[in-house]
Amino acid sequence: MFKYFPHTKADVDQMLKTLNISSIDELFSQISKKVLLKNEYDLKSEMSEMEVRDYFKSLEKNNQELVIFSGLGVYDHYQPSVINALTSRQEFLTSYTPYQPEISQGTLQYIFEYQSMIQALTGLDVSNASMYDGSTSAAEACFMACNASRRKKILISETLNPNTIEVIKTYLKFKEYDFEMVANKDGVFDVEDFKNKMSKEYAGVIVQNPNFFGFIEDYEGVADFAHEFKGLLIQNSDISTLSLLKSPAENKADIACGDCQSLGLPVAFGGPYLGYLATIKKLVRKLPGRICGYTTDTSGKRSFVLTLQAREQHIRRSKANSNICSNQSLLALYVTIYMSLMGKKGLVEVNNQSYQNSHYLYERLIKTGKFFDNFNQPFIKEFTLETSISHDLISEALLKSNIFGGFSLNQISDRYENLINFCVTEKRTKTEIDKLINVLEGLS
Amino acid sequence: MSYDKLIFELSKPGRQAFSLKKPSFPEYDVLDLGKHLRKLELNLPEVSELDCVRHFTNISKKNFGVETGFYPLGSCTMKYNPKINEEIVSNTNFKNLHPYQPVSTVQGALEVYYELQKALSEISGLAEFSLNPYAGAHGELIGLMVMKKYHQSKGNFKRKKVIIPDSAHGTNPASTVVCGMEVVEIGSNERGMVDLESLKSVLNDEIAGMMLTNPNTLGIFEEDICEITKLVHDAGGLMYYDGANLNALLGKVRPGDMGFDIMHINLHKTFSTPHGGGGPGDGPVGVKSFLSEFLPNPRIRKLDDYFYIANEADTIGQISSFFGNYLVELRALTYILTLGKENLMQIGGIATLNANYIKESLKDDFYLPIDDLCMHECVFDGLKDNPHEVRTLDVAKRLLDYGMHAPTIYFPLLFHQAIMIEPTETESLQTINEFIDVMKQIAKEAKENPELLRKAPLNTPISRTDEVFAAKKMIFSYKDYLDYINSKE
Repeated sequence: MFKYFPHTKADVDQMLKTLNISSIDELFSQISKKVLLKNEYDLKSEMSEMEVRDYFKSLEKNNQELVIFSGLGVYDHYQPSVINALTSRQEFLTSYTPYQPEISQGTLQYIFEYQSMIQALTGLDVSNASMYDGSTSAAEACFMACNASRRKKILISETLNPNTIEVIKTYLKFKEYDFEMVANKDGVFDVEDFKNKMSKEYAGVIVQNPNFFGFIEDYEGVADFAHEFKGLLIQNSDISTLSLLKSPAENKADIACGDCQSLGLPVAFGGPYLGYLATIKKLVRKLPGRICGYTTDTSGKRSFVLTLQAREQHIRRSKANSNICSNQSLLALYVTIYMSLMGKKGLVEVNNQSYQNSHYLYERLIKTGKFFDNFNQPFIKEFTLETSISHDLISEALLKSNIFGGFSLNQISDRYENLINFCVTEKRTKTEIDKLINVLEGLS
Repeated sequence: MSYDKLIFELSKPGRQAFSLKKPSFPEYDVLDLGKHLRKLELNLPEVSELDCVRHFTNISKKNFGVETGFYPLGSCTMKYNPKINEEIVSNTNFKNLHPYQPVSTVQGALEVYYELQKALSEISGLAEFSLNPYAGAHGELIGLMVMKKYHQSKGNFKRKKVIIPDSAHGTNPASTVVCGMEVVEIGSNERGMVDLESLKSVLNDEIAGMMLTNPNTLGIFEEDICEITKLVHDAGGLMYYDGANLNALLGKVRPGDMGFDIMHINLHKTFSTPHGGGGPGDGPVGVKSFLSEFLPNPRIRKLDDYFYIANEADTIGQISSFFGNYLVELRALTYILTLGKENLMQIGGIATLNANYIKESLKDDFYLPIDDLCMHECVFDGLKDNPHEVRTLDVAKRLLDYGMHAPTIYFPLLFHQAIMIEPTETESLQTINEFIDVMKQIAKEAKENPELLRKAPLNTPISRTDEVFAAKKMIFSYKDYLDYINSKE
């Protein structure tokens, strides 16, 4: 028998005897012969562990690990060694959703701590236990706003990450809801355009800060204006930056959403990440997904349980807030450990150094005379410039030096012709940044 | 005394657990951001590295994992999560690739995606898969979007009703509504299967299709499956296969061959990727070839020996930022290669043997509502001889005292005291026999000492919890908790 199948032939015989049958095939006698498989799968034969290792070692040779100067929603921040050591503990890794609280306090407690940290960063009242990723948490946030206001239209800022916009659009389209875009002016959310468009038809507006270009937006008066029409403000943010920038609560946002990838997760070719979703107390029953709450056990001991489950699909079925079932629990553990390690000061320091590194690069690029800033907006770790140098040339030259990014935004949309985006986290050294500058200076 | 601290309670101003390099460019000052800066205090803990490591180690001990003991959670397929899957993720460079990197620098990563797509197609009998959906429920939603888009592409905007049996997972009706469609629920017959007459009575030109899991949530194979798919197809609808129970079919039947047009697969169930305390999973969606064009963007394709990323015009759209939970996909491919075709062919058989063995061994003590062959899981409806009316919940809680995880309880909804047991193929006969002995012992205790069950569990880190208090007080963060404690004082 195979290493993951413990039965011996004698075990199987004994079990068949108990069942009073002579072969496993008899257990499938109710299945029509017409559909029963006649042949083995057309797949490879089993591999030894050494062969499996060799196979992936040969595949990884076709990947090129690069020094990353690109962000656009996925950030190459430092990951402390503690995270992997702890998240690989089987008690966390191999358990299921904590439906039996008596033997799941480990999971439930870190979810409670995760919710507490998201609460602290966003400043809003309540966070759920996490969503799949930033884009789906934004789509669910839009549904929440529609649900709360009983409206079927929403305003979307054009400065959201295009991936997020696309996912929101797909969700809205199938739900048969509608949207209108709010224009960008000089690379940021155009408050005037928003004010012209906002009306009682719209559930509210979703904005992103820092936005897709990396720029910091100003939402002075936006929430109040939306609230006048009984609409909501949804703020989407790369959560790490909230340690320094105005929190959603200070912007009077009703819902905060976005990706937590920047809090200790690898870039991982796009996933798994996790989305966060937080809101004000008034809207807690509109929140999708799992929520963990404090309680006590029969002896009065502090305990945690999944709660308000009447919002969820396994109880409410077609009347549930959302169809979401699992969260991204293990990734919420990554985030909780990361934030425990970095704490109040470390997270600020990460953003501080990212700020310094990116501003150094920015100034040096402007000095080359080959890159121009048409926007003149504040930024924290990511910025967008214009250049007349061919983007293919840039990309090729950088790749030769094992560097990825600046990223040419016209790969994403024709509207962004000649725009190029750079991101510099705290991980990048002066040597790496100077090398990037050096390569770019040599181009024309 | 077991450990009972929150990370916030270990905090002391001035402690730190991080080490960053010295700033290279201190001349730039973030305070220049002025009005954009946060004024709100940031309440995150300040602890040392050892504080942090001990904290999470200690709370992990209050958890039960597959490696702790038997985990017969029905419908969840809690099979062994092989260590090599984890090693491949940690010891290769896939995790360090940025999703926007040029395709020439991620050929290995794209090949993993492509190979897994192909393997899933072969195993399920469907032409093409997208691995982008993040979880089972997400896969359902994306599958339904494909269904809706297909009808719309034929100019048919009226077909918006989805037939769902009353035994279905709660995600099926929930996903239908999120997709802007309408649920038509049909009943089951006395053998726990789709009632063909009920099905016929709801078929009309407004039906978009039907969602079905087979074996169904009672663990029973839908014998009339070919007739069901034919009826729905003849009425112009499509068949959706909920892959939650796919493990039972490995090596035996393929959803595509039974007439299903669209399906999702839970990689975290059938393909051994760890459940992670509730995610990340991954929910690839597969379709017959006439639906390929509707799969979500981005797509991964191969031309000669080169892999590339494509975006199609007729797609339902984008439903994820990138390529799904990529590292979960990497684990699933590791599993498929490790087993190879020979061993993948065995899974359904062994899983089914184990479930039938448990069913036969326990049917004298637990009430078996449908005494028939089952597939990979069996469903009882509470204790059989039960003079003290001990509930299924009490049986489940008592199991925890014996060092085993509880089965799924109170699902499917068809039975009031449902106990759903799924042993999977990775459990030994000794473990299964121990479970059977414990269940029999509990049945005996229920007769002799019912209070023992009602108070259970007694040997776990905490006893039963006050769920009403949790829902009423709504304490969801450390801040809420402090407010509550202060209000009490």
